[in-house]
Amino acid sequence: MKHLRSIDELGSDGLLRLLDLTNHMVEVNRRPVPKVPALRGRTVVSLFFEDSTRTRLSFETAAKRLSADTMTFSVSTSSVNKGESLRDTVETITDMGVDAFVVRHKSTGIPWQISDWTTASVVNAGDGWHQHPTQALVDCFTVREALGKERFDGLTITIVGDIKHSRVARSNVAAFSMLGANVVLVAPPTLLPPDVSHWPVEVSYRLDDVLARTDILYMLRLQSERMSQGHVPNLREYAETYGLDALRVAKLPPHAVIMHPGPMNRGVEMLIDPSALPNSLIHKQVANGVSVRMAVLFDLLAGESTAANLQQVAT
Amino acid sequence: MSNNVMSADDVRRAITRIAHEILERQHGGERLAIVGLQRGGAWLADAIGAAINAIEPAAKVPVGYIDVSMHRDDIGLRPVVPGAISNISFGVDDTTVVLVDDVLFTGRTVRAALEGINTYGRPRAVQLAVLVDRGHRELPIRPDYVGKNLPTRLNEDVRATAEGVVISAGASK
Repeated sequence: MKHLRSIDELGSDGLLRLLDLTNHMVEVNRRPVPKVPALRGRTVVSLFFEDSTRTRLSFETAAKRLSADTMTFSVSTSSVNKGESLRDTVETITDMGVDAFVVRHKSTGIPWQISDWTTASVVNAGDGWHQHPTQALVDCFTVREALGKERFDGLTITIVGDIKHSRVARSNVAAFSMLGANVVLVAPPTLLPPDVSHWPVEVSYRLDDVLARTDILYMLRLQSERMSQGHVPNLREYAETYGLDALRVAKLPPHAVIMHPGPMNRGVEMLIDPSALPNSLIHKQVANGVSVRMAVLFDLLAGESTAANLQQVAT
Repeated sequence: MSNNVMSADDVRRAITRIAHEILERQHGGERLAIVGLQRGGAWLADAIGAAINAIEPAAKVPVGYIDVSMHRDDIGLRPVVPGAISNISFGVDDTTVVLVDDVLFTGRTVRAALEGINTYGRPRAVQLAVLVDRGHRELPIRPDYVGKNLPTRLNEDVRATAEGVVISAGASK
């Protein structure tokens, strides 16, 4: 695998391979000295044009635990402010000798564009509304770990909230359905993407209708920066119809688990203190972030562990 | 063409002897731990651990497993295939760790394991037990306990299992 840009590009073989590899990284992170020399001499640069806490920090931690060197590019103190173009920025960094770019940008498709300009690997850490593949890997791994299942056949995963503007939703729909889950999207019509009829999902406008048959409830952040565009009448009405409160938690089956990719809007989609939830996986999602990103960087940079090579070694 | 150089009984006797040698040298099983190298050494570590605990039941010597693929020096030169997951559920600080592998060849896997074991703590001593030493070392590494010394050609293939040790002409490179 040269790049990780979208879940579709990764495919189900790649998805399963990375999830299995993550088990190894979880074990490394449990050691008294959680650091291995696997990527010694490799350099990973994080190129974030949008804000991030957990994604950027977990990528950098992951690179360091594998002994790679890291560079951090911050837009506010870079020559981008002098008008340097994205292409020139990427080519300049490439000339310094880097092995992987971890990219977040507000525009869809930037990771593909960047991979045309550099010989290094490109990891998509979020491009616009489009894809956030490592978040989907984190979520799949977290579900696997919590439920002890390799695949998600027979599970109903309900994703609630601002689907239209969510790269997390797009990557997770692809990954969850690749693993066999039945995905239900719940949102007001204004927050559903126009092409949703082509997605491998069921759609509902009413959260209360689907709670009883939900195994995994995935709450998305209502991107309140979009509020000015009139997608929802007001936050209180949204919270009333789609927010998670104690009454709605009570309607879930007892075994159901609750997830949220963060950052959370308390009082909007989360009307209940998440630490009071019996089956919340939210902290697990953050904790698994480092291990999953270690698996991604290892797979990209530690030589070709593709299926063909695996067979070659097995024989 | 393949040649059976150790039978299942030979392997069983070698394991019993190695277990006695380990206990003799350690003056018992106190602060002793067995760590098998994934994957080939895992079954042998289980067998040696079981033999030691049968000889000295009071010792309760723990057995762990280490996957060295992330410590190897040839990452990037050949496909990396992590084996089974490491599992060392006991502290290694101030214990004597006996690394166990089926076949000792270039010594590079053992070097990686020596480095890997340090991420779990600082053992009092590290020793090495192998079922077969086939020679051709590329590093200054020497086993402490050997089932059988087996001179081989570089291109030969050695397979060591509980059912016996088989040597066969490997694919020419």
